[in-house]
This record gives sequence, C-alpha cells and structure tokens, in this order.
Amino acid sequence: MAVDQKPPARPIHFEIADALKERPTTTQTGLGAPDYVPPTPGALANEDNVVFATIKDLMSWARSRSPWPLGYGLACCAIEMMAASASHHDLARFGAEVFRSSPRQADVMIVAGTVTHKMAPRLRRLYEQMPEPKWVIAMGNCASSGGEFWDSYATLQGVDTVVPVDVYVPGCPPRPEALTEGILRLREKIFRGG
Amino acid sequence: MATETDMRREQRGGVPAEAPPPEIETIGEGLETEELILNLGPQHPSTHGVLRLVIKLNGEMIVECVPVMGYLHRGLEKIFEWRTYQQGPRYADQADYVSAMLNEHAYCGAAEAIAGIDVPRRAEFLRVIVDELSRSASHCIWLGSYGLDVGATTPFLWCMRDREEILDILEEICGSRMNHNYFRPGGLLYDFPPGVLGKIERFLDRWEKAIDRDYREILEGNEIFLERTVGIGVIPKEVALQYGLTGPMARGSGVDWDLRRDRPYSIYPELKTLRPVIFTEGDAYARYQVRLNEMKLSIALIRECIDKLPAGPVRARQGHVWKCPRGEAYYTVEGAKGEVGFYMISAGGSAPNPFRAKMRGPSFMNLQILPWLLNGRLIADLVAILGSIDIVLGDVDR
Repeated sequence: MAVDQKPPARPIHFEIADALKERPTTTQTGLGAPDYVPPTPGALANEDNVVFATIKDLMSWARSRSPWPLGYGLACCAIEMMAASASHHDLARFGAEVFRSSPRQADVMIVAGTVTHKMAPRLRRLYEQMPEPKWVIAMGNCASSGGEFWDSYATLQGVDTVVPVDVYVPGCPPRPEALTEGILRLREKIFRGG
Repeated sequence: MATETDMRREQRGGVPAEAPPPEIETIGEGLETEELILNLGPQHPSTHGVLRLVIKLNGEMIVECVPVMGYLHRGLEKIFEWRTYQQGPRYADQADYVSAMLNEHAYCGAAEAIAGIDVPRRAEFLRVIVDELSRSASHCIWLGSYGLDVGATTPFLWCMRDREEILDILEEICGSRMNHNYFRPGGLLYDFPPGVLGKIERFLDRWEKAIDRDYREILEGNEIFLERTVGIGVIPKEVALQYGLTGPMARGSGVDWDLRRDRPYSIYPELKTLRPVIFTEGDAYARYQVRLNEMKLSIALIRECIDKLPAGPVRARQGHVWKCPRGEAYYTVEGAKGEVGFYMISAGGSAPNPFRAKMRGPSFMNLQILPWLLNGRLIADLVAILGSIDIVLGDVDR
C-alpha cells in the first residue's frame, strides 16, 4: 500500500522587508484578542526615568507580571496544564511556569479538572490556605459549569459554587493555548487592580 | 549492560520477603520512638492526581500504608447507563484520560460483541494505529512524570515534546487532542484525512531515534536514576499473579501475559511484529524497561499496520436508529496500564443505552499492591515505587 506523499516544501521569504510587510498587524484586535488596555498615564512610560504612579498601580503591575500557580491537577485538564508548562507551549514566557506545591507560596489556583463532592472541601481548604491576594482560574468545562458531568451524582456543578472564580477557560479539555490565554486575561485583570 | 544493573540488584538484596512490620524500638532507658502518621495528598505533586496515602512511619520505615481513593469518582458507570451507545465512548475517554483511545476500543468492542456487528477491516487497522499511538502517548507521560518523581527534569521536557507530536497527529485524525471521541460501535467516526499516514511515518522515524538517543541515554546513563530504581519495589512473579496485576506491571515481573496475543482481538493476531516485552526482574527499573520497549513495539506495530492497510469503509452499515439486542458481553483490551475491560449488559427492546456497563480499570487493580510494596520500605523510596505503578486517578476512581 502506497503511503501518502510528502507535502511540497513551502517557499520561504528571504527578504526581511517583505516578511515585515506581510506580518499581520491585527494580533491585538478581533475575536478572542485581549481587551485594549489604555496606557496608565505617567506610570512606567517616562523617558526621563522618573515614574509617577500610585502605590496601588505599582503593586498591581508587579503582581500581574508573574502569577505563580498552585500545582494542583485533578483530572484530564491537568495533563494539558502539564503540556502548557512543558517545552512546546512554554508557559514560562508569561512568568507563570513556577508551579508551587504548597498553597502558601501560590498566587493563582488553576482548578484543572472535575471537582467531586469529596474533593470540594479539600479544594476550599487549599483556597483558604493561599495568601492574599489570590485568584482562581476554572479550567475546563467541568470546573466552569459541571460540563459533561451535568447529571452525575458525584460532581460539583462548577467550582464557583465553592470558591470565587476570576477567569473561566472553556474546553474539554482546553488546549494549552487556551490556558495561556486565560492566564493572560488574568494578568490584565490583576493589572487593572482586580 | 546487564552486569552493572545485576550487581546493583544483588547489593539491594534481591527479592524481599513480605517484611513484617518493624517493632517499636526502645532506645536507652525510658526513651522510646513512637509511630508517626503522615498524610500524603490529595494535593501532592507526586501522587499523580488526587490520591491520598495515609502512612504510618517508624523512623524512616513505612509500617503501614492505606490508600484513600474516590477524590475523582465521577460516577462514570452510572452515566454509561444514561447515555446511548454512540455517546458512550465520549465518557469512556474520561476514565483513563492519558490513553483515551484504548478505553473507547473496549467500550465499542463490548457493544459490538452484544450486537454482533462485524467491523470493516480497514476500521480495525485504523483502530490499531490509533490505539498504539495512544499507548505511546501514555508511556510518554509516564516516563516524563516518573523522571520528575525521581528528580530529573529533562526527560519530562523531551517526552512532552514527542507527545505533542502524537497529539497533533491525533488531533488531525479526530479533531481533539485529548478525549478523542473517535470510536463508534461498528467502526470509526470517519477515515484518516489525507496526508496523515505519511506524517505518522515521519514522526515514527524521528521518534525511534529519539527513544534510543535521548530517553535511554539520559536515564540509563544517570547514576541517580539507576540508584533510585534498580532493586526498588520488587514484585516477585507469584505476588504479581496473586494481586492480579496486568500490563507492564505484570510483564516487568516475568508474567508472560499480553492480551494482544493471549486473548486476541481486532487484527492483532495477523500482526507479525507483535512480540510482548517481558522482563523478569520485577523492580521499578524492569517496569521502566518494559514501557520503554513497548514504545518501540508500538512503532513496529504501527508500521506494519500502515504497510498492510486495506481500502474500504470504516463503519459497518447500520440502521438509522441503532439498537442493541438483549445480551451481555465482556470485552478486554490491552491498555497502556493493563487490562481494560468492559462488562456490558443490554436489556434489549427499544433501549438505546446499555442496562449496565462495568469498567475494569487497570490502574485500580494495579494500585492495590501498593500497601504490600511499601510495607517495611524507606519513606524515600515511596515516590519512586508509587510512580513506577503508573496510576491514573481517573482510572482508579472512575
């Protein structure tokens, strides 16, 4: 049986000017792109190396740059969370690759997977053990709303019935890119002081 | 190669007898040690999910270990009763989510056995290809996380790199990276898209070299890895049989039992390259060797399937509304962790859903040897032993 042929190689642009011209300029707009954040006047954009900002803004800026997640995998989504932090989808590009094993060192809790009734009190306790300020990402349909286990007798219908959720990432399981997008949204939210 | 590891095994004292719980020692006059109860999990990076272990320690020695499960029990078997046969494979995915295709195969095999459907030949070949890809992805995850368990980070990055390619292929085939929902009773959802077979072959050529060059060299050439796995967690053959171990756990202990050969299903009897991987030492290193060699076995099987792939439909002709006659069946598939079985009862009539679907999860059966393995061992070996069992908590709790 003949195996399918290799696809022909694509031509590569060697002219840098052409490549720059063809580079899409709409990465920050459109469906799914992050909301436009107007630059904070006076903060961190001064060419004279003088910064005028409120303490609150500075704190929000510092917090938003590197949220440390709690290494907390529940089900299938945890595998995609591992994939997001691994070599291909490098979560370290956004400063969120430091998965802490202890809730006392973590900033953001990624609830990755189905939360059962047996697990819910433990999840709540982990959330309470995290120091303020803290954020929660509900990753996947199960954690967001119950998902495909909507009629199961053993699962929680959305983790927001137990802990307050900041960002919902839909998907079953969400791709690693979707989790990255969720973390970027959370960064924006933290940056705005959320 | 064998000499060095054999020397290490002899140093460890070979196969241990079932260790009696150590007595509480009395040190000096009026001083005595007391047992410490340590709770591990359910949130712990080394338990591979939400397993909880309650460990009784005497010094550094584990006296007793009680696994507490059920933190991921989602009631899958009840949900199977409420879903039609076409919806069922989607939930079978959720049990062992690391090697989802194999669960779907077991579910669909049981449904087809009751209904008496003959699956088209091409569908069976494609099923074996995706099965073996899924098994390879599962072993990649295991190898990476086991490397993390015993203190090596690089194998994790390399295994995830290769797993991404497998997932890309599977995504091209069925549209989803995980939770594929590709099998249907009577065949497959649809045929492979054009170009995928060439992509698989190119990946296998590259990956086969990567297994020898990358995985083996960085782990087997590493003193720490050998020190932490060779002679650790030894399961003798008799004990493996007593505890009903299957899959790589049993084959690492010298049990010559592979369902692909011994209880043949699909087109496995026709494949000439199917030679089960058996290692007799029974320690964590032997289980590592079994899984690594099974990756190469999967490569050979996929290549043979691609060579022999016939043309034809990928789904048996069925009525518009598919119903199952009255009956029951037990269908087993050699999963990545062991025997994945579905025992299904159909009530017949107009019911579009199974009356009962019982799933045999290999991780659950393999996990029950953990208290025996940990009895009398050092606490430092706990993570290496637990990791070598290769449990997936979705499969344990279901």
